[in-house]
Amino acid sequence: MQYDHILIRYGEMALKGKNIRSFIQALQENLQVKLKDFQNAKVKRTQGRMFVLLNGHEPEPIIEICRKVFGIHSLSLAFKVENDIEKIKEATLEALKKANARTFKVAAKRVDKNFPYGSQEMNQILGEHLLVNTEDYTVDVHEPDVEIKVEVRLEATYITSENISGAGGLPVGTAGKSLLLLSGGIDSPVAGYLAMKRGVQLEAIHFHSPPYTSERARQKVLDLTKKLVGYGKSIKVHIVPFTKLQQEIFREIPDSYAMTSMRRMMFKIAEAVCKQENILSLTTGENLGQVASQTMESMHTINEVTNYPVIRPLVAMDKAEVVDISKEIDTYDISILPYEDCCTIFVPKSPKTKPRRDKINAMEARHDFRPSIEEAIAGIETIHVTAKSKETEFEDLL
Amino acid sequence: MIYLDNSATTIPDPSVIESFQKTTEKFFANPSSIHQLGGATEKLLHAAKQQAASLLQVEPNEIIFTSGGTEGNNIAIKGIALEHQNRGKHIITTATEHPSVDEACHSLESLGFEVTVLPVDEEGRVHVNDVKEAIRNDTILVSVMHVNNELGTIQPIEEIGKLLSNYPKLYFHVDAVQSLGKVPLDIQRSRIDLCSFSGHKIHGLKGTGILYVNKQTSLFPLFHGGGQENGLRSGTENVAGAVSMGRALRLIKEKQQNETSHLQLMHDFLWEKLENMDGVQINSPKNGAPHILNLSVPRIKPEVMIHMLGKKGIYISTKSACSSKEKDESKVLAACGLPREIAVSGLRISLSYNNTQEEMERFVVSLEEAIHEFKEVLR
Repeated sequence: MQYDHILIRYGEMALKGKNIRSFIQALQENLQVKLKDFQNAKVKRTQGRMFVLLNGHEPEPIIEICRKVFGIHSLSLAFKVENDIEKIKEATLEALKKANARTFKVAAKRVDKNFPYGSQEMNQILGEHLLVNTEDYTVDVHEPDVEIKVEVRLEATYITSENISGAGGLPVGTAGKSLLLLSGGIDSPVAGYLAMKRGVQLEAIHFHSPPYTSERARQKVLDLTKKLVGYGKSIKVHIVPFTKLQQEIFREIPDSYAMTSMRRMMFKIAEAVCKQENILSLTTGENLGQVASQTMESMHTINEVTNYPVIRPLVAMDKAEVVDISKEIDTYDISILPYEDCCTIFVPKSPKTKPRRDKINAMEARHDFRPSIEEAIAGIETIHVTAKSKETEFEDLL
Repeated sequence: MIYLDNSATTIPDPSVIESFQKTTEKFFANPSSIHQLGGATEKLLHAAKQQAASLLQVEPNEIIFTSGGTEGNNIAIKGIALEHQNRGKHIITTATEHPSVDEACHSLESLGFEVTVLPVDEEGRVHVNDVKEAIRNDTILVSVMHVNNELGTIQPIEEIGKLLSNYPKLYFHVDAVQSLGKVPLDIQRSRIDLCSFSGHKIHGLKGTGILYVNKQTSLFPLFHGGGQENGLRSGTENVAGAVSMGRALRLIKEKQQNETSHLQLMHDFLWEKLENMDGVQINSPKNGAPHILNLSVPRIKPEVMIHMLGKKGIYISTKSACSSKEKDESKVLAACGLPREIAVSGLRISLSYNNTQEEMERFVVSLEEAIHEFKEVLR
């Protein structure tokens, strides 16, 4: 007997009042997209529940994918059987055998009141059936290794055992779009992940400065994006040719303010991309107090150039917490690859940790940066990173 | 030529050779070099790793490119032993392993390790219960092959893995050199920590292979140096070898998906014919791998048989090629409890997807003729 269902439980979405319909709809669509490769698998909704019907597919790979879909609180493998006590017995026994457990508890719930056995009665019948037909298992009603839930509903009976925790959060896409400033370091992918967890659909922007930054740094950003795609839908990455503008900044602006100015230019370009793409906010990996550009004064000065909301999911986190998440989402190993990026080259010897708006405005007013900014925007290359986007470059060799 | 010694090595696929040659010519740079050529080469190496990982359903950072099965087995076994010896010095393996597992395990005895060699039944199969009983507090590694190279016996890897999941500190190594592309193996479900594969057994090139190392498994490296391959195998990467391995793996996996029944049909045909052939005894289990068939023709020296068939352009082998330099009986057949007369006369037929039904028919006729000639002489 094979598991034929995965039962999906929504987390905080259940609290969303009238909007709940659109959230559930989004979750169902996101799951369908993710499971496209499993041709027979179907995502179904019945009476306030969501199921993945396996239709013969192995459950493990599907569970692995579901665990990365935001909006799912937990999931369980389930048998669906007719409302027939013998069939229920058989499936319950199978569920126990498949669980990695020594002690168990049966929790039956009768929703279909026409079913001849009450919940308590079911617990006894099924518990006894399990004990008689197995060895080495014992009942533990307080702290069982596994709780086997039997739910007799109108249409069928569902038998589930383990609860597998999901990714939590809200379905990607339900909270609108944001543009992530993606450098290649540890922080920005984590910021993107956390935004996605709150239902945000991302696009990403990366500033590329060849020959100061290499092809590898660019690839790194695409690889990081691909990891994020694992948690949502495909992501557009806008690669900005930044060399000329960056050189200009470092030529025209005094060393101590160059970094601040560079960040301001990045925000300006990012805002322009937002306008083009109908995106309503920026997301960054900034964190208070980490480095010179991330002091309160710095944020104040840099933020002056845009009135778009800037989402900073990491602002109050410790570095160690950020690193933990990056390891969990598998971006850490890519992030620490030692390639130069736009923030690590041209590092001034003593960047201003307390830059001021009046000063930088005066400095930037001495030179017209607009042509180079516009040139950078015009030269943007946009790449769609999808779960499928496989390298075709080496097809003749592999 | 009828080549039926595919478990010793296979005929390299022309497209694999082509991929090796093209890569050697075009991507000669050191992948660690910072310049563009190095970057492109590194990217290619990474693509090869990614492809191998997705075909084996593991993650790219769990793939270590090696020079083949023997190296993979040695990195795995000695690497675990040296890294985790403070936890215990007991290793469990079986009586029918390839010498590269067997010898690697026994070499550790001189460093104070103890090796338990599990018996097998008459079909060469190890029993999960024996594994269970052999596990001690100081056991750090269990090494069991997936498909036996001489008999084709399939070991109950998934069951052993299930048992071992009750011992989270114990590492599980599987030598899957003979099964790759022929007998399915689910690395995740079988809870395997280390798994060795070889390129030249799947129409790839000698000197290529893969060791799967679960990302939570730490090993003491046998080669120290520049830290290539996650620090487990320092030395400039054999990019062309890795790429050719990636292609060979893709090709064999495609065949496994579409042509398994072809192998099985040839196997079943041989079985039926040999079973009814006078003077022939089949040593392989009936439910073994579809590409290996071991038989004995008692009273006829196997070498003589090999040469006779060789004259007709048919190539088969005695016991495993790696052990055939030692004389005498097959260790594997002896471990199955077969009488000496059988154990010294084992012949192995090993198939590939490229063999044809017509070749099977010709082989059967030639074998029958050869036996007949001998009988005349011996009478």
